[in-house]
Parts: sequence; C-alpha cells; structure tokens
Amino acid sequence: MGKTVDYATLKKGGFMRQKQKDNFSLRLQVVGGALTAENLKKIAEVAEKYGDGHVHLTSRQGVEIPFIKLQDIDEVKEELAKGGCKPGVCGPRVRTVTACQGNQICPSGNIDTYHIAQVLDQRYFGRELPHKFKFGVTGCQNNCLKAEENDVGIKGALNVKWIEDKCIGCGVCEKACRTEAISIKDGKVIVDYDKCNYCGRCAKACPTDAWDADSAYILSFGGTFGNTVSKGESPLPLITSEEQLFRVTDAAIQFFADYANAGERFKFTLDRVGRDKFYQVLEEAYNG
Amino acid sequence: MADYEIDDTVDITDVVCPVTFVKAKVALEELDDGQILAIRMNDGEPVQNVPRSIKEEGHQILKLNNNEDGTYTLIVKKVEDEA
Repeated sequence: MGKTVDYATLKKGGFMRQKQKDNFSLRLQVVGGALTAENLKKIAEVAEKYGDGHVHLTSRQGVEIPFIKLQDIDEVKEELAKGGCKPGVCGPRVRTVTACQGNQICPSGNIDTYHIAQVLDQRYFGRELPHKFKFGVTGCQNNCLKAEENDVGIKGALNVKWIEDKCIGCGVCEKACRTEAISIKDGKVIVDYDKCNYCGRCAKACPTDAWDADSAYILSFGGTFGNTVSKGESPLPLITSEEQLFRVTDAAIQFFADYANAGERFKFTLDRVGRDKFYQVLEEAYNG
Repeated sequence: MADYEIDDTVDITDVVCPVTFVKAKVALEELDDGQILAIRMNDGEPVQNVPRSIKEEGHQILKLNNNEDGTYTLIVKKVEDEA
C-alpha cells in the first residue's frame, strides 16, 4: 500500500491491530449488551464476507469481527452502517457501557439498567480522557454485572418504606431480609436503615406490596480489574433520582478529566490526589 | 389477622433449592382455586426465597409461622390463573 497506517486513529475507531499483518479485529459499539436481530444478521454477513466467518464476544459485552483487511475498512464501515451497527472505541476514552437486563426483564431487577446505560452512552461514550474509563450498570445486589470492577459502577437499589395500612403482618419480609435489618414488634415492621442495604428483597417478597419501593442507585468509584485488581468504593448515601445520579457521574468523570495523568486509571488518580478531595466533590454534586 | 382453614400440607424440608419451590408448586397444582396449603420449610435459603417465588406465581400468602424448631410454615391460598 505504501501509505503510513495511522494505528491510533484506527484504534479510536474500534479497529484493533491483530498479530497478523494488515488484519484488524473490528470492535462494534454495543450498549448494555443489547443487539437487534437486524444488527446480528449484518454482523454475520460482514464476518463471512470480510472476516474469516467468526465473531468474538468480548468480556465487556462487545462484539469484535476479526480478520478485517486494511484495504476493506471503509467498505466494512459502510456495510455495517446499513445494519444499524457502529464501530466501537478503544484507547483512552469512555468505553462500552455494560448492563445486565434490569427490571424490564429480570424479576430481581431494581432499576431500568438498559435505559441508564443508554443515557450514559449518549452522555459520555467515546469522550476523550487521560485513560480508559468504564461504566457498568447492574440491576440489583446479585451484581451479575460486577459493578465495582468499573471506574464508575451503578447498582440498582430500592428505597424501601413500610406501608402500615397494607401490611397483613405475615412475617415474610423479616425472613427475606439478608442483613437482619427488619424486625417485627407488636405488628409493626421496624427497619434498621443502618443495616439495610436497599436490596429490595423485603418489598419483592411482600404478598401485599406493603412497601413504597422506588428505584435508587448505589455508585462505586475507582474499580479496576486488569493488571491491578481493585474494588470500587461506595462513599455516598443512596441516590434517589436519575437527575441526582447523572449529577454525580458528571462530577466523577470531570474529576478524572481534571486530575488524572495521561495513562493513569481512575483508582490511581484517587490514590494520588486523595479520596477526601474527590469525596468532597461528589458530596457537592450529590446535594446539588 | 384473617382466619384460615388448611386444606393440605406439604413438607419441603427434605429437599434443597430449587426443588423446594418445585415441590411446593406441585402441591399447589393439586389444589382448587381458593384452597389453602401449608408449606413447611427450613430456615435459611428456603424461607428467604420460597415465599417470593410463590408470590411471583400469583398465589396469595397469608402468613409465615415460626415453628421454633428451625422450620417455618408458610400459609398460601391458591389463586388460579385467569387465562
């Protein structure tokens, strides 16, 4: 070809250089692990025509089509666009937003994870930062999506309050609770909110729905699961609205943009700059 | 608290999840709409999960009694599917 290959630009556009010369594994943009049948048909078609007939599912719900040839890259992009598929990203920017199925599908779900993932994607996907930045959204305490391994993890919760009028005093909630936060005395349900982890099992098990149970969010910050393994920390109280949620995520990503050194993951920025400083910023965003 | 008369009893303390729920479900299928089943289950995982599964099947839970012997008895009224 004789041209210099701009690998950085290709990488930014989701083309990952393979071991095999002039072969690329094309990463697609996927939000919350959801693809339409139309997307899948097009992916299959492209993999057969331009790749070697197989696709790779990444560890973060992405799809990659390996063995795309350098000279076909533009054609492949055009072809994929016809099936509603866009290239993903790699490198120092906001990566694929992952999500479990959430409360629209899963009986355990406390929040609409897919909706939250889409909003996060629209808000931040591809944003240039000092290093990679990952969001993950999990619907409940079962944590199928492993929220705390992300730079920002969002975990669905239920903000529960007992409704006396609807309660039949059956006792199911006391046993459904896994943190021993519920006790029943003289027909009254008492919740110890210091012990409550807002998992919502009390409300979900209640036969008469005698609970106010609004969707809420528990956020974790600074998780990594690569060369260094570190669990994100959750310094904030329960987040009770979407507006509040995105105020806090805005503040977190801005803190990273402002303070991180190039090539430094969020955890290490927090270690270096100090969590106290970060938590103060978070608290301000939390309180609005 | 509403009074109830038990029509049938099933003991699921001899099985583990998820067979606990399956055994309870089979027992409920034997009953008619509105009849009452008492389900005896172990403390721990069964009592944490079985009541919710019964609720999600659409049946009506009336009471959970602590037998003070490491087991609980769930009182359930069968609700037939409308379909």
